Amino acid sequence: MTIRGKAYIAGAFEHPLRKAPEKSVAQLHAECAKGALADAGLSKDDVDGYFCAGDAPGMGPLSLADYMNLRLRHIDSTDTGGSSYLVHVAHAAEAIALGKCSVALITLAGRPRSEGMATGTAPRPGNPAQPDIPFEYPYGPTLVNMYAMCAMRHMYQYGTTSEQLAWIKVAASHHAQHNPNAMLRDVVTVKEVLDSPIVASPLHRLDCCVISDGGGALVVVAPEVMKSLRRPRVRLRGAGEAPKGQFGGDVDLTFSGARWSGPRAFAEAGVTPADIQYASIYDSFTITVLMQIEDLGFCEKGKGGRFVADGNLISGTGRLPFNTDGGGLCNNHPANRGGMTKVIEAVRQLRGEAHPAVQVKNCALALVQGTGGSLGTRHGSATLILERE
Amino acid sequence: MIMPDRILPAPEPNPETQPYWDAAAAGRLLIRRCAACGRAHHYPRALCPFCFSDRTEWQTASGNGTLYSFSVMQRAPVPYAIAYVTLDEGPRMMSNLVDCDFDTIRIGMKLKAVFKPTEGGLKLPMFTPA
Repeated sequence: MTIRGKAYIAGAFEHPLRKAPEKSVAQLHAECAKGALADAGLSKDDVDGYFCAGDAPGMGPLSLADYMNLRLRHIDSTDTGGSSYLVHVAHAAEAIALGKCSVALITLAGRPRSEGMATGTAPRPGNPAQPDIPFEYPYGPTLVNMYAMCAMRHMYQYGTTSEQLAWIKVAASHHAQHNPNAMLRDVVTVKEVLDSPIVASPLHRLDCCVISDGGGALVVVAPEVMKSLRRPRVRLRGAGEAPKGQFGGDVDLTFSGARWSGPRAFAEAGVTPADIQYASIYDSFTITVLMQIEDLGFCEKGKGGRFVADGNLISGTGRLPFNTDGGGLCNNHPANRGGMTKVIEAVRQLRGEAHPAVQVKNCALALVQGTGGSLGTRHGSATLILERE
Repeated sequence: MIMPDRILPAPEPNPETQPYWDAAAAGRLLIRRCAACGRAHHYPRALCPFCFSDRTEWQTASGNGTLYSFSVMQRAPVPYAIAYVTLDEGPRMMSNLVDCDFDTIRIGMKLKAVFKPTEGGLKLPMFTPA
């Protein structure tokens, strides 16, 4: 049993707002749903499967399904943080392959920017029943310092430099200049990244992603539904998922779960990293991108720094065009969860609907990689391989 | 520069972990070792995360370790250094580096445990250069 070729992404929508103080979170979810359904050429009443994650207020999918008044026969609220929406695409394909639904809607939305959330710099108390919390929270773990420890160890072990990490931001900014909705549209230089203040050593302010309101949605459909639609056909070819934690104390900060989710997706798709023409890679921080590129096999482990340097991720000139919308580093990171927008930009690329300045020529095979949670403690990795039919 | 002390939130013990926090309050670092497979782990659990045996027991650790990684959180009311420390007994634990000049911190440096009071009176195991 495989999901290869069993499902298509028929609709994709990224909310245009980056600050939405006058909208509710439920409203943002519904606006994204409406946009993705319109993009697919489907209506709300066609939806029979619904997927959402921890950003959706309420118990699992129940409140939002009710808010949108959906009539469903399949629901799934798997939460792996920012990578949830990649997992949802894979799980939607599984459900479709089994005949459990034929039009699956996936939504994400949130307002951390309007709510003034100190997303990356404040420790979150969490639930003390979560077994790791008493052994971590009192020490002040934040999103930034946890990823910073990964970067620090990677630098120690492999000689990676801050200049190399900065190149990832530089590449994202080259793409974001063409995106009118991007939060940061100015092209930056390596020097500007290095001159920005240290948030948590060795990560600078410009090594970090933006904090934005908004959201996005996807519609995943069965082959017979896709045949009735007029959109370009973007087919799921392979998927892999893998949680990674601390291994009972054998902590290793130098790799991500992409080491396992990647090969699973490549095996199912029957392709190799060399075949990939475009990659959306989760970019909560520059180090996040570097580690996943290595773990997916785009380069040898430890050589990610050299791989990303000198504009190698810039569309048109680099070997691996990545995050051509500007990514989380420059464009959008709605609800502090970047997986949704990663899938959306890959769909744009495969449809030939990316901005002409960043569109990969004849893009027929794309990879989407996400990690949610924290690379410094525990996270869920997910990899998708998508193709234009 | 040596930073001033910051206010530390108290850990919340539960029946499974109470002895660890009682020992820390008395200035001792405990680890949990499995009598079935012999391996020590962290954070402590009733069931061994390696072999799933329930024959795990408390053991007093030496308090000695080596720095695996760290980051100085500059964007904080009082900057602090978070770290993973490889204990001489094997497991790596999250902690803070204290009572030292942050500019002198190096991965691989030898460390020893110290115990710092939290808001609630319990103490947290932390590390300082040996």
